[in-house]
Amino acid sequence: MTRAAADEAGRGHSGRRDPAIVMKHGAGGRAMRRLIQETLTRGFVDVAVDGYGIAAMDDGAALRLGDRWLIVTTDSHVVQPAFFPGGDIGRLAVAGTVNDLAMMGATEPMGLTCALIVEEGFTFSDLERVQQSMVDTCREAGTTVVTGDTKVMGRGELDGVVINTTGVAIANTLVRDSGLAVGDRIVVTGNVGDHGMALMAHRHHLAIDAELYSDVAPINRMIRDALAARPGAVSAMKDPTRGGLSSALHEMAEKANVGMQIREELVPVNPVVRAVAEMLGLDPMHVANEGKAVLGVRGGDAAVQAVLAALRRHPAGANAAVVGECVATRPGDVVLDTGLGKRLLSEYEGELLPRIC
Amino acid sequence: MAAPAERPTGADELKFRDPARARALADAIGRMVEQIGRAPVTVMHVCGSHEQAIAKFGLRHTFPDGLDVIMGPGCPVCVTDLPEVDEAVVLAEDGVRVVTYGDMLRVPGTVRSLAEVQSMGGKVDVVYSAAQAVDIAGGTDEEVVFFASGFETTAVATAAIAVANPPANFSILSAHKYIPPVMEIVAEMPDTRIEGFLAAGHAATITGWGIFERFVERHGIPVVVAGFEPLDILAGIAQLVELVRDGRRAVVNAFPRCVTREGNRIAQQELWRVFRTTGGNWRGIAHVPNGNLRLRDEFAHLDARRRFRIDLKRLWTQAPAALTQLCMCGDIMAGVSSPEKCALFGKECVPDAPVGACMVSSEGTCRIWHQYGGHPRL
Repeated sequence: MTRAAADEAGRGHSGRRDPAIVMKHGAGGRAMRRLIQETLTRGFVDVAVDGYGIAAMDDGAALRLGDRWLIVTTDSHVVQPAFFPGGDIGRLAVAGTVNDLAMMGATEPMGLTCALIVEEGFTFSDLERVQQSMVDTCREAGTTVVTGDTKVMGRGELDGVVINTTGVAIANTLVRDSGLAVGDRIVVTGNVGDHGMALMAHRHHLAIDAELYSDVAPINRMIRDALAARPGAVSAMKDPTRGGLSSALHEMAEKANVGMQIREELVPVNPVVRAVAEMLGLDPMHVANEGKAVLGVRGGDAAVQAVLAALRRHPAGANAAVVGECVATRPGDVVLDTGLGKRLLSEYEGELLPRIC
Repeated sequence: MAAPAERPTGADELKFRDPARARALADAIGRMVEQIGRAPVTVMHVCGSHEQAIAKFGLRHTFPDGLDVIMGPGCPVCVTDLPEVDEAVVLAEDGVRVVTYGDMLRVPGTVRSLAEVQSMGGKVDVVYSAAQAVDIAGGTDEEVVFFASGFETTAVATAAIAVANPPANFSILSAHKYIPPVMEIVAEMPDTRIEGFLAAGHAATITGWGIFERFVERHGIPVVVAGFEPLDILAGIAQLVELVRDGRRAVVNAFPRCVTREGNRIAQQELWRVFRTTGGNWRGIAHVPNGNLRLRDEFAHLDARRRFRIDLKRLWTQAPAALTQLCMCGDIMAGVSSPEKCALFGKECVPDAPVGACMVSSEGTCRIWHQYGGHPRL
């Protein structure tokens, strides 16, 4: 608890170090990035990779194959509950990995692996629902599971079911999350905060009139069309999952060493999500998404309009919008124009809600 | 000038957040500060919710350079004194179930916080309301102590449960504070140069704005009661700067849609039936005469301080953490310093590992500045 958290940062009152992991290390924010950078990549980052390996901290790895790129990404899914409004852990496990591939420009997944760890007592009917959902989501994404593994653990040794998927795909043109430059416009492909807020409302039994649904979906085909709309125009991509839009913007700004000016009124948010977030004292920009992307777009208005039009042709991109641009001032910082004033956009440090993806 | 009179017409159309009106108010504030002709003009608000809104909406960016809007002792958690936290810590260590608001959990005591007692196996529960604290007592035979914090607004909720015959195993450890007396202290502090106070609209809903008339008379400093939407705050500050410019000593109610001169009489009756004021230390600030709310003798049976023998000396054999000595919370809450001037801010002192209470509570200046990036020149 507090002491562990304090010492994690290496700055506890006592100066003692306690190596325990706390929940925020999985929350997608700075704490998780520090954990990965300072601990999990040690010993791997020094080994030369032909391409971009773990040191790049991107959505996946890009390994050079002649003049093309093999993209590999892996993700474990631990959402609680396994079935939630708008989706389930099976859909999440497919969409999460497909989208990570797409964020690097690889929009035609060759196949997925699926490792399933199930708790004793998890029912067959639930497992079948999860499996069917994976089949359906694979079909949507134009891919399939090509190999897998199953383990069963004792009651109480894990909570329900954990699914890991790995995806492989070829990218002719690599898009990285570090590719922004001054002048690039920032595009968000749709309403932010839907996934996290749907889970929050569901878990806390918030009595609200309108049902909130997760946005979990594979968006590789939408991204394919956006990339094709104006080749070379998309300079960077990232999916704003844990940590929300805010974390994605911060990471992109920091990696590219550019400043960002975001106008809050342009950020698309479902009014119900906005209202519930306000009630709970949360910012939708901190809340997770599972079917959205942040794009850097260059090449002037014509290029931006072409990319927006391609996104909006897909239902998941209907609310795609330009939300801001990259600037030379305050590199690494994200400045938010609230319409009433300006401030730095904050990045959530701790954890809004554990185990959401 | 009063707050804009329109009411919001729907969830999507919050008139109290209209950018054009905000700009007009910000321009008016700028002009008036210029007319005053000296800098800085310093006003203080005494409410974490005001600071939250100012930071969240980036309002400081729109204030003129010559205007300082500082947050005073407006966070009840932050001003809870070390010995008060220690009392709850000792009770929890003695096996009593202590229930309290979430923010109180991590407030550092002299040697440890309630959260640390909880991690060592102490029975500490977080509640969201005073009523929930009673519910917990209703579901058990063990002694349940409600460690109650908050200003007069929250104290009313505690009073309401005290008069409603709570279960016999329920008692109250009051750390409630009363805002008007500390405004007098801050106004008289030699280092402060407060020229006007922005008073909290929700507290005034209970107490009425009339309560500030004597303060204005005594200290010659204007008070404006303001609400919490961005335009409420801008309108309140515009009103306050106007009073400063014109040298008018007055109370102005800029939150008339909620606040009356008399306030909520029933709530006041309940509050003063259960509580009396007594002097006490506010953390980092000063001894504040009449600043603490304690249970009256008629409610002694509900007073944890009388029900239990709370031996604080046992704790005080251990020295407080060394960093605590460097904490500037007191100066920050007194308005003579700001978080960015604190050597610990954002380094040794972060929300996960707070040194001072101002970094614990979502109402605390340091926590708010940490969350919203302070107010650098953008």
